[in-house]
Amino acid sequence: MAFETVIGLEVHAQLSTRSKIFCACSTAFGAPPNANACPVCTGMPGVLPVLNRKAVECTIRTALATSCTVQRRSVFARKNYFYPDLPKAYQISQYELPVALGGHVDIEVDGGTKRIGITRIHMEEDAGKLVHEGEFAGAQASLADLNRCSVPLMEIVSEPDMRTPEEGGAYLRRLHDILVYLGVCDGNMEEGSFRCDANVSVRPVGQVAFGTKAELKNMNSFRNVEKALEYEIRRQVELIEDGGKVVQETRLWDANAGVTVSMRRKEEAHDYRYFPDPDLLPLIVDDSWVEELRTTIPEMPAEKIARLARQYGIPRYDAGILASTRALADFFEASAAIYGGNPKTTANECVHWKDAVLAGTLSPETIAHAVEDRERGTISATASKTLVELVLSTGKPFRTLRDEQGLTQVSDTSSLDILVDKVLAASPKEVEGYRAGKAGLLSFFVGQVMKESRGKANPKMVQEVLKKRLG
Amino acid sequence: MANVPVHEWTLLEAARMVREKKISSRELTGAILARIEALDPKVHAYITVLPEIAAAQAAACDEEQAKGTLRGPFHGVPVGLKDIFCTRGVRTTCGSRILHDFIPPYDACVTEKVLAAGAVVPGKHNMDEFAMGSSTETSFFGATRNPWDLSRIPGGSSGGTAAAVAAAMCFAGVGTDTGGSIRQPASLCGVVGVKPTYGRVSRYGMIAFASSLDQGGPIARTVADAAALLGVIAGYDRRDSTCVDIPVPDYLAAAERPVKGLRVGLPKEYYEGEGLSPEVRAAVEKALKALTDQGAVVVEVSLPHTSFALSTYYLIAPAEASSNLARYDGVRYGHRAEGASGLIEMMSRTRAEGFGDEVKRRIMIGTYALSAGYYDAFYGKAQKVRTLIRGDFTKAFEAADVLLTPTAPTPAFRLGEKTGDPLTMYLSDIYTIPCNLAGIPGISVPCGFSSEGLPIGAQLLSKSFREETLFTAAGAIERALPVRRVAPLEG
Amino acid sequence: MAITREEVLHVARLARLSLPEAEAERLREQLSAILDYVKQLDRLDTRDVVPTSHAIETGTPFRDDVVRPFGDREALLANAPDRLNDCFRVPRIIED
Repeated sequence: MAFETVIGLEVHAQLSTRSKIFCACSTAFGAPPNANACPVCTGMPGVLPVLNRKAVECTIRTALATSCTVQRRSVFARKNYFYPDLPKAYQISQYELPVALGGHVDIEVDGGTKRIGITRIHMEEDAGKLVHEGEFAGAQASLADLNRCSVPLMEIVSEPDMRTPEEGGAYLRRLHDILVYLGVCDGNMEEGSFRCDANVSVRPVGQVAFGTKAELKNMNSFRNVEKALEYEIRRQVELIEDGGKVVQETRLWDANAGVTVSMRRKEEAHDYRYFPDPDLLPLIVDDSWVEELRTTIPEMPAEKIARLARQYGIPRYDAGILASTRALADFFEASAAIYGGNPKTTANECVHWKDAVLAGTLSPETIAHAVEDRERGTISATASKTLVELVLSTGKPFRTLRDEQGLTQVSDTSSLDILVDKVLAASPKEVEGYRAGKAGLLSFFVGQVMKESRGKANPKMVQEVLKKRLG
Repeated sequence: MANVPVHEWTLLEAARMVREKKISSRELTGAILARIEALDPKVHAYITVLPEIAAAQAAACDEEQAKGTLRGPFHGVPVGLKDIFCTRGVRTTCGSRILHDFIPPYDACVTEKVLAAGAVVPGKHNMDEFAMGSSTETSFFGATRNPWDLSRIPGGSSGGTAAAVAAAMCFAGVGTDTGGSIRQPASLCGVVGVKPTYGRVSRYGMIAFASSLDQGGPIARTVADAAALLGVIAGYDRRDSTCVDIPVPDYLAAAERPVKGLRVGLPKEYYEGEGLSPEVRAAVEKALKALTDQGAVVVEVSLPHTSFALSTYYLIAPAEASSNLARYDGVRYGHRAEGASGLIEMMSRTRAEGFGDEVKRRIMIGTYALSAGYYDAFYGKAQKVRTLIRGDFTKAFEAADVLLTPTAPTPAFRLGEKTGDPLTMYLSDIYTIPCNLAGIPGISVPCGFSSEGLPIGAQLLSKSFREETLFTAAGAIERALPVRRVAPLEG
Repeated sequence: MAITREEVLHVARLARLSLPEAEAERLREQLSAILDYVKQLDRLDTRDVVPTSHAIETGTPFRDDVVRPFGDREALLANAPDRLNDCFRVPRIIED
């Protein structure tokens, strides 16, 4: 029996605001326990939430960038359950009326484009952290750190439109890039600011109804999401082929063992008793606000890739790598604006030096000069690499270093003629041998000229001049 | 004034006397503290008395006044707070064992405003646990007695505040009202109580019972006192998203205005039914006559969904409460059960030990009303009926400027009389509950006594943010029916 | 409208209220009576009625994205029944 996979992904993105969603505490990572807390986010008696405007703007901008319909009226709802990392014993979220509905993200798979639907986007607050005291198995107590309580989150729920783990990975990467492009999320999966849960089921090809799905959690990288999906699909197919039934449950990905494990938690806990939060009035978003925010949406990854490829004549693949980080693409264009004689080379250079570009230690001018000098034959490729490394270590300008280091190649024909003649004059036996048919001696002459010029001669041009001279 | 004991002065009289340096804050506060010491063992209006803090506040007030500064309109005058308002550094219990040792690190907005007005806080008033009750019998700290008859209840949940004011153990106080908890005890204790429009007074730091219904409001011995106190505590606070940014008018001036031409509506549903005591009916009729004698006109109005208000309230309020009280889980503050072997056991026993029966009952109803499969039938349904009730009032206020009704169906009943059956207790609130559901403001003003000498109050209701109309009408009633405001209780 | 003993225990578990047997039964009776009373709402046709979730008509107000630290961690921990290393300490979760 052939099976088809159905995958839906839920992303929780932590918004890049300075303060929390319902109080003025800092969202900064890494503070000492309970240092970024206040009576409001620790749920003391009588406190009340007040909504952070910037969190709303981040969510609306995300909705616009993913072609969602921004709801003019949405409602915050309480999701009620008891846990020590949830101080109010309810999470303020959105339930029946979220901020945005019905969008999509286009991904590239198998050389084509596929549209993945987005069901909804809503806002909610994060919970704190519970740490087990001592060894997990024998832990007598847990410790609650409420710093992360009420950090703003955006939940983005996809339609179950993905059919392979690759599509899942592509969707995640594209969504990640969109959020980072917008500046609404820093996208750091390891630190937990971009989290993904997956819903995956299988069904016999041709069946319309979905199979029973399992929810996968605890995947902290794109690759892990793909691996977890691969494993789970295999597990479900094998289970069904062995005559078993897939159980609707939550499973955790164990990256070390490479398997998903059932959480085996009692399902009775999950009656969240959602109701509209009476402490917050409805979120009203008017047209003028939406339009104002629309003007702040930068060019999105898909458009940028297409434009870079078209405008600079570089392959889509290269454009894709550049566009994977907005700062890298911006750098590329800034560099190409200074010298645009060979955009493909510029692109390669940007990718090669990506870390330094993103760290901000390299300027577009440096790359522009490196590419230009190579194009004009002023320096060799090796020299270019050396010089950029020197720029990084000394901070001096590229061309200053080039001249200080004396790395300009000799490429003008008159200087080369002199060098070549000198070498040929000094090696008459080899000249005879070459003219007698030993073509391999050409590299000997090139070597001699390079030695004579202390490595500065442009080897390609030397070859040409030698060939002319030797006849 | 000369023959009136200090503690029986009105709030405004006391403030004036301090301002005119005819009495120091130390003396004034000392008199109140002495009265509390003498009477409160009998009345039990206070959970926490603050003799040192109050004395220090009074001393500071006197020093500032000597240097020429007055903090505000109530400089140096003792004003009490229901123990539902957080007071920084001072235990705030909400009448519950689960918070019996909770010391908030912040002041409620109401607390801030009362202190900014220069008042001295002599203590925190007793209340039904988490404001759930109509008799102050559910307090973990024991019941409060009605100063007019110590065998009877003072009403609730702000029974401590109403009793303290009626027994002159403070010049005024701030209570809270979710289904009548200011108005009903005010009526039963013979004092004035106001539930402002929802959103008029900030709920920040006011421990939540039912968030869409709760409002803090003044309890005082005269209409003018209540008007002045409301003027101080009302106003925009950006820490409360449901607090409205509308200017605070001069309520004191409103209390003096004539009622000529005022259209007084009598909702017929409030005057039908066997629960209404004939003596209460008669007293309210006197209040009506006081108004019509002064030129008001009567219109009959109908609030057709009145009989559904109790059910609506007893689904919405417990539902919100079940969620608001979930934070009391023994993790970060308050009572924690000892010896629990695991987290769930700790939380469940903490809450079982920390909450009284009425609170548990309401948490259970509320949880049930919100639970999967029952939401639409219960909570969802109640929210729709709430819309119908609001609609009733909107329509009634087309024909009337103010509505006049009884506040409570009977005068104060005896302790223990209604604790056997929850529903019987709930029926005490039939006249006060609809106004909370609609969000409109209401006032209770004393208008007579029963043959047993128990106070009776009349309730006035007006459109949202039209508290001025309430003070105008209540002031007119008070002027025509001057009744004794301080209970004859001697220490 | 009788609420069953199972339902009472289920709701008590959701609400984290431990209930001894006698109390569960008493609550069952009282809750049944209250729920019977409130069933009167069924007499009203509310199909076309919009629920009132909020007493106020306007939209929720906003806060600027400005950090204002509370600045007194000790005050937040001072009421804790049990604490360790500036964290709130709770008994472990037992999976049953």
